[in-house]
Amino acid sequence: MIKIIENKCDYCGTCASVCPKNCINVKEDDIIIDHKSCIDCDLCVYICPIEVLESVNEA
Amino acid sequence: MKHKYDIIVVGGGPAGSMAAKYAAENGADVCLLEKTRDIGYPVRCGEAVGHAGITQFVEMKDTWIAEKINSCTLVSPDGTKLDVPFANETGYILNRRIFDYDLSRIASKAGAQIFTKAHVTGLIYRNNRISGVKVNHIGEEKNIEAKLIIGADGVDSRVGRWAGLKTTVKLRDMEACMQYSVSNIDVKRNNMTMFVGQNYAPGGYLWIFPKGEDFANIGLGISGTYSKQKSAKKYLDEFMDREYPNASIHTSMCGGCPVAYPIKKPVADNIMIIGDAAHHINPVTGGGITPAMKSGMLGGLVAAEAIKKNNVSESFLNKYVKDIDRDFTKRHKTLYKIKEAISKLSDDDINGIASKIDSIPVEKRTLQKVFMSSMIKKPSLVIDVLRVFAGI
Repeated sequence: MIKIIENKCDYCGTCASVCPKNCINVKEDDIIIDHKSCIDCDLCVYICPIEVLESVNEA
Repeated sequence: MKHKYDIIVVGGGPAGSMAAKYAAENGADVCLLEKTRDIGYPVRCGEAVGHAGITQFVEMKDTWIAEKINSCTLVSPDGTKLDVPFANETGYILNRRIFDYDLSRIASKAGAQIFTKAHVTGLIYRNNRISGVKVNHIGEEKNIEAKLIIGADGVDSRVGRWAGLKTTVKLRDMEACMQYSVSNIDVKRNNMTMFVGQNYAPGGYLWIFPKGEDFANIGLGISGTYSKQKSAKKYLDEFMDREYPNASIHTSMCGGCPVAYPIKKPVADNIMIIGDAAHHINPVTGGGITPAMKSGMLGGLVAAEAIKKNNVSESFLNKYVKDIDRDFTKRHKTLYKIKEAISKLSDDDINGIASKIDSIPVEKRTLQKVFMSSMIKKPSLVIDVLRVFAGI
């Protein structure tokens, strides 16, 4: 699953724009991932300009 | 905020403000909703525009201009610097904070109502047709009705997706961008510098856009194809450490820039998508201000007409699609192909081109001559590229 590194995000929305499942919602200073819709394609991890997102194995 | 408008514009960037202005000016009751607390901020942009582009819509104001640009320098992967004076073109590095703000004031003057901290969280439907939006306005959840919703909600547009329009950007057509606004640097005034090559910005370019004495926007965009291995921020930090270790960073910002075809279908019943959300961006330069204003204007005009004629069906709104097709879609498709061709050039190819241009005396280097006399592979292609940069 995709993990957000706290306090690092700039809320630019680049991740949301490549998300094929529309499961990332970026607000003014908040980012929410709908883990139920996420298919772990990791495109958001690849595109993030500042490495805010991480793909982690579910515990 | 009223409960009902003719048109709701979601997003207060240049596209949204232009759409609101032209729709309101032509008789529609318009409301513009901006999710952040401040129109024009945060800026996620290199801020370069061409004079010819902007003045199609508004007269330039001195307060918008951080720097006038009348030449560019292209730096090849091996460090060869090519100075190219502009012939008839003039460019600007804007103060987007002031510029965007003023555009929203123009929209307001035309009659549109503007709200900030108004985050649209979904669409509302009546009889299976879109009939408004759900908005969180300063913490309060509201439903606002409208006959037509205009999505000007930027690169991560949700309005379009909610309505089933395909605004998702392919990874390879997305540029991951990072920029610092810095001081304490030596910067060539009235000149924009662009670095190309794998070392600087693979699948994109690195820019230095001056904003006054010893101050500049220094940023880059790299293709999503490459950003998987190394982030945009890492590329920029390496450049800064190498070239400007003593710079002070006053603003750091990141963002995404779609360098794609305009989306095929930016309209559906009761909805229209404009600007970055509809991928209305020059795919070679990543310049999106002028196309955003154009699609905002054309969209706003059709929206007002749709309200007047009480017909907000997809088939009526298709007039907007035809208008942008006539205006820039074909050009952007050509530019996309140019982008694809450039992305196939190796660093050696680019160095070869640069060394040939370097042998032309500066005074004879017009943007067009430069590449005409230096082409290895596809002369017409690169001339187009340079024209594009000059016009931004």
